[in-house]
Amino acid sequence: MTDTKKPTFDIGSSGSEYKEKYGFFDPEKYVFKAKKGLNREIVEEISWMKNEPEWMRTYRLRALEMFYKKPMPQWGGNLNDINFDDIYYFLRATDKSERSWDDVPDDIKKTFDRLGIPEAERKFLSGVGAQYESEVVYHNIKESLSKQGVIFLGMDQALAEHPDIVKKYFGTIIPSADNKFAALNSAVWSGGSFIYVPPGVHVDMPLQAYFRINARSMGQFERTLIIADEGSYVHYVEGCTAPTYSSDSLHSAVVEIMIHKNARVRYTTIQNWSSNVYNLVTKRAVAQEDATMEWVDCNLGSKLTMKYPSVYMMGKGAHGEILSVAFAGKGQHQDAGGKVVHGAPYTTSVINSKSISKDGGRTSYRGLLKVYPGAVGSKSNVRCDALLLDEDSRSDTYPYIEVDEDKVSIGHEASVSKIGEEQLFYLMSRGLSESEAATMIVSGFIEPIVKELPMEFAVEMNRLIQLQMEGSVG
Amino acid sequence: MTPHLEIKNLHVSVEGKEILKGIDLTINKNEIHAIMGPNGSGKSTLANTLAGHPKYTVTEGDILYKGESVLPWGADVRSQKGIFLAFQYPMAIPGVTVANFLRTALNARRKATGTNGNSKSISIPEFRKLMREKMAILKLDDTFATRYLNDGFSGGEKKRVEILQMAVLNPEMAVLDETDSGLDIDALRIVSEGVNALAGPNLGVLLITHYQRILNYIKPQYIHVMVSGKLAMSGGPELALQLEEKGYDWIIEAEAAK
Repeated sequence: MTDTKKPTFDIGSSGSEYKEKYGFFDPEKYVFKAKKGLNREIVEEISWMKNEPEWMRTYRLRALEMFYKKPMPQWGGNLNDINFDDIYYFLRATDKSERSWDDVPDDIKKTFDRLGIPEAERKFLSGVGAQYESEVVYHNIKESLSKQGVIFLGMDQALAEHPDIVKKYFGTIIPSADNKFAALNSAVWSGGSFIYVPPGVHVDMPLQAYFRINARSMGQFERTLIIADEGSYVHYVEGCTAPTYSSDSLHSAVVEIMIHKNARVRYTTIQNWSSNVYNLVTKRAVAQEDATMEWVDCNLGSKLTMKYPSVYMMGKGAHGEILSVAFAGKGQHQDAGGKVVHGAPYTTSVINSKSISKDGGRTSYRGLLKVYPGAVGSKSNVRCDALLLDEDSRSDTYPYIEVDEDKVSIGHEASVSKIGEEQLFYLMSRGLSESEAATMIVSGFIEPIVKELPMEFAVEMNRLIQLQMEGSVG
Repeated sequence: MTPHLEIKNLHVSVEGKEILKGIDLTINKNEIHAIMGPNGSGKSTLANTLAGHPKYTVTEGDILYKGESVLPWGADVRSQKGIFLAFQYPMAIPGVTVANFLRTALNARRKATGTNGNSKSISIPEFRKLMREKMAILKLDDTFATRYLNDGFSGGEKKRVEILQMAVLNPEMAVLDETDSGLDIDALRIVSEGVNALAGPNLGVLLITHYQRILNYIKPQYIHVMVSGKLAMSGGPELALQLEEKGYDWIIEAEAAK
């Protein structure tokens, strides 16, 4: 079953530094690799391999039926080239998930070492999970937090160790019938994070998960569930990378978040997929009374990203915030945005989206603002700004606004700008090269979002932007 | 001795239209020259051409800096070599702080030429000290370091920050393009004092202005009058007073009669 054929490298627009830092690949050595393609047997096999309870097996099979029934979405990006029969749905790289870094198998450890995960864990994280292909290979949480009752586990372990709480929430925020890719994830999900924060507990430093696709034609379908109990706080950060192969990979995650009264969750994503990954993710949070949900979503790379983090404000006074950055280079389409749904009175929301297109890349802002009848006194402010770096690049805005209540305050602003010759000249007249000047303008453009990132991630984000910008002008 | 800056028979076109029609001007170190003239005479074209704006095409003549032609150099190289332009309309760069921008610019200049015999990047504490010192000269309070470059700045603040940039980058040839325009009297005094503090044996200054009033604060040794893309008249400080009294019309008429 082990596929040791050497993959062909096809380094995209991001140049040799991407290859060095993220684009490397490890030889494929797997404990178990399911056959390519999707059918009932594969789904049963995944469930059997994981030794899952009967309800989950049934849930998966029902979701598979829904996946078959639902037509391929014909909006957003072009999904018609995805060949579901040419994808590996499950790959087990190691027999177990480790809690000590030393016990992680060497070749996998090497990958995460190169990406700087162990250092980050020591320095500024409360806990780390690392997923390699289909499953979480390592997770760890600071002892002080586990003593307070905080749970941070791979989703598979959570299902085994905390079946009741998983069953209570799993699929309740994003039902498998929500959309075709949520159905797919529900059928073949594997890995992802589970977080539970007990009432009143504030997790001071972020919890992080790192997702890595290594194999060719791999599908990664992680499933994340976060429950913040009353008055608690947690910040979860995820990072994603993959090497560049000539064949496409599929990343289709589902993230469900429940935020109870007065609690707050911040969910930060820094995604740097290689340019052959279809990234089709459903993310949704439900905010109860006076609860706050914040999505900070940075999308770089991928062939096509379709992702609209959502906040359903279901309790009075809930607040939702979606801050996003999308960068589309050559051959890439970032169809991203957010959804805010006001389902209760005095709920407030902010969407701030920034997109950058270069070398013929395409970005689309797609957003929904919905206010239900009775959500009196609600306020929402949507702002999306696009920056085009050249004539070949493209940006579109698709704002959907459905307001069924009069006593609300709604603001919407959109802008498209180009890097101007005068701005470039101004910076160059101070000694910056043309490419340094353009990079500085782009960094400034996304600064309002980047400044929301923890320092270490902000540094990484700026570095990624530099990589994308290198050699882009002149 | 090689002149510091030598402009020889300079002809410049913008989008096919000739604006400068043969400028000759030599500026040495430790000299301040002022170019005055009516609107549309080509003063800003000269400033932008010296700094290397890609929109301005030199069709004839040359610009020599320390004996070397600057024409093959882009705006970045000219700056790294010590030519500085204070803009008439500085651009806003949202999201980029004054400090971050200036440190990047200073390091680019250091890397290229080794200002002060130091080609290494400036350390953050060293840079902070330098900024504080230069900001004090221009009476800019500390918060300016962390504000976004020219974003929401008043006209006077922009001009002060231009001179701050000049102070930090420590150029050898400074071109000030209508630095006095849009300034109230206090701001004009602060900006002028800033320029005077920087003037010295290693710096040549070309001051471009429409009005005489900045010359109450900055004292050039040479005054030139630009009319229709040419220097129609040159003289000492007394020429500025004459212009103040009589305006530009008599020169324009004399030029037309030629």
